Amino acid sequence: MEKLREILKETWHFYRRTLSLVVRGSKAYYTWCLFLLAIIFSGFLFYVKQHDLGLVETNLADQVSWGLYIANFTYLVGMAAAAVLLVIPSYIYSFKPIKEIVILGELFAASSIVMAILFVMVDLGRLDRFWHMIPFIGSMNFPKSLLAWDVLVLNGYLFLNLLIPVYLLVKFYYHKEPNWKFILPFILASIPWAVGIHTVTAFLYNGLAARPFWNASILAPRFLASALCSGPAIMIIIFQIIRKLSDFKIEDRALFKIAELIAYAMFINLFLLSAEIFKEYYSDTIHIAPFKYLFQGLHGHNQLVPWIWAAMAMNVIAFLLFLIPGTRKRLGTLNLGCILIIIGVWIEKGPGFVTPGFVPDPLGEIYVYVPNLLELMVSFGIWAVGLLVFTLLTKVAIPIETGAFSHVSYIERIFRQEEEDQAWRQSSFRKF
Amino acid sequence: MTPEEKKRVIAKLEERYSRQYGRKFEISTKEALPHTLWGYGLELSRCIGCRRCVYACVKENNNSRYRPQLQWIRVLRLKRGNLINLENSEHYYNPPEVPEKGFIYMPVQCQHCEDPPCVKVCPVHATWKEPDGLVVVDYNWCIGCRYCIAACPYKGRVFNWAEPNIPKEEVNTSVHYLGNRPRMKCAVDKCTFCIQRVRIGRYPACVEACPTGTRKFGNLLDPDSEIRYIIDRKRVFRLKEDLNTEPKFYYFFEA
Repeated sequence: MEKLREILKETWHFYRRTLSLVVRGSKAYYTWCLFLLAIIFSGFLFYVKQHDLGLVETNLADQVSWGLYIANFTYLVGMAAAAVLLVIPSYIYSFKPIKEIVILGELFAASSIVMAILFVMVDLGRLDRFWHMIPFIGSMNFPKSLLAWDVLVLNGYLFLNLLIPVYLLVKFYYHKEPNWKFILPFILASIPWAVGIHTVTAFLYNGLAARPFWNASILAPRFLASALCSGPAIMIIIFQIIRKLSDFKIEDRALFKIAELIAYAMFINLFLLSAEIFKEYYSDTIHIAPFKYLFQGLHGHNQLVPWIWAAMAMNVIAFLLFLIPGTRKRLGTLNLGCILIIIGVWIEKGPGFVTPGFVPDPLGEIYVYVPNLLELMVSFGIWAVGLLVFTLLTKVAIPIETGAFSHVSYIERIFRQEEEDQAWRQSSFRKF
Repeated sequence: MTPEEKKRVIAKLEERYSRQYGRKFEISTKEALPHTLWGYGLELSRCIGCRRCVYACVKENNNSRYRPQLQWIRVLRLKRGNLINLENSEHYYNPPEVPEKGFIYMPVQCQHCEDPPCVKVCPVHATWKEPDGLVVVDYNWCIGCRYCIAACPYKGRVFNWAEPNIPKEEVNTSVHYLGNRPRMKCAVDKCTFCIQRVRIGRYPACVEACPTGTRKFGNLLDPDSEIRYIIDRKRVFRLKEDLNTEPKFYYFFEA
């Protein structure tokens, strides 16, 4: 009882100090947050319009009933799952350079999940009935519906990726040794869970016999492979921004190691994709239509063709950049590769994956779907929410990790604040 | 739900509808008839592609009329020599006169599968198969995720992308809770074989509207029904049988 009270007191104290840390910052920090808030606000205005008038405000239709929102959702689940690429080397193999940054990876995963869940929410026609999906309160169709599975595993993963880093950070803050007996099972669980969220998301599409494009058993492995490319790629970029803007030390060695892992993942991704393409084109059955729509155009409709070929080119170039040690270990080419992968995989897995599932539709109709302004603005809004969440989380996490923000440092507070301000001033946002 | 709760919900809905449409509604909750499994027959050699069924259905079932009009039946025009590869079908044919030379017509609607993939995927139990085999939706429980639309191999489901609109004078006030009662924005809906009609011994509206006798309907469990006669004596097939959805919608040819 006494112990519980102490924990609660500690938590409350930590929470209060965290809050004051988050609201105070440099000019650049305020500008960045206000910039994100502005995007969020305009996205929200567009969403309100969609909510009032219905999904008719999007370019979706009965033929192509999922679009940009679900494409982003799929991509972001992959992003979140990719934290596993940091968790394994750091906690299991104790690869030190990565161990230092794994908490950031987990917070990034949590932010991605928040975005993924938001993308599902805005895609729902009846947000007012969202509670129908909540177990016990509503009427969840578990275990039959894969969407029910997805809701459970995504929320579980969000929980894990908040619990683990927050627990460790609080312990660091109080200069206490984490109780590994308590937290290690959660860390270990987060590894298969990461694989799980993306597998379940793949199965969500995979199980639909009505959609031959998705009804391929290679889907889940492909999803995982591409996720292990795009997630770490964006983390490499974020880590470089963080080490520029703060005292947080991230060794180049860690970045190069991640890039090497991306190279393997990208090889598997390209291999699985080519296996699928071979099967479809060589057997050349009626089910090739969506592939043709994607890669060549179908009956004169070729909206996706330039996009997918651009994505293919980006993925192959990035693979080569990361394969050759010379280009992998130079920050310029490393970053180029990362950006190519982030965009390339987004196209391949977002619009290049969701739309062809619907074209041609089960009765052979070709409906041309291109997202409209509203869908774009709502999507930007959600991405901004994710970035804001990540910014606020790291605003607390980084000073704890560097030791600048901790329980004993009351006296140093003023000194630290000055130092922090200086760091913000030195760094300039023009760089990204 | 207890019968009491049901009654209260129905009364509330009736009041809401009468306020919205200025007409008195009667919402039936009539249960499935015992020993009944509804089945549909469609004779491809007779269909002339006039789409009278499409419009009769829209009217009977209080579907939204404009921008967009929700249609539960879709008539495909196929070049003679084609049937299975629907990629060669035309959905929006519009000649001055039907039938056209060199074409056949294939109407498609919800096939009321015995093993419906749409029901399996619904995350909230908003859609299910009734004891008489009809696949229905509770429009007030649907969350609008559209997973069922993605899962249906027959395009049997449509979505109310906007608030549905029906001219007041065209509203059909004799409705069933699981069928043709007016719907709301952003919920899914679909053909119910006119549940409001068939459970009181009438034919579905499309069967009545067809000028050529293409459409047949009856109880699959009754050995003397017309649908059983057709299955026993004609060459019947079902769409996409390879998907194992076991549709209760039989296409057949004169033979």
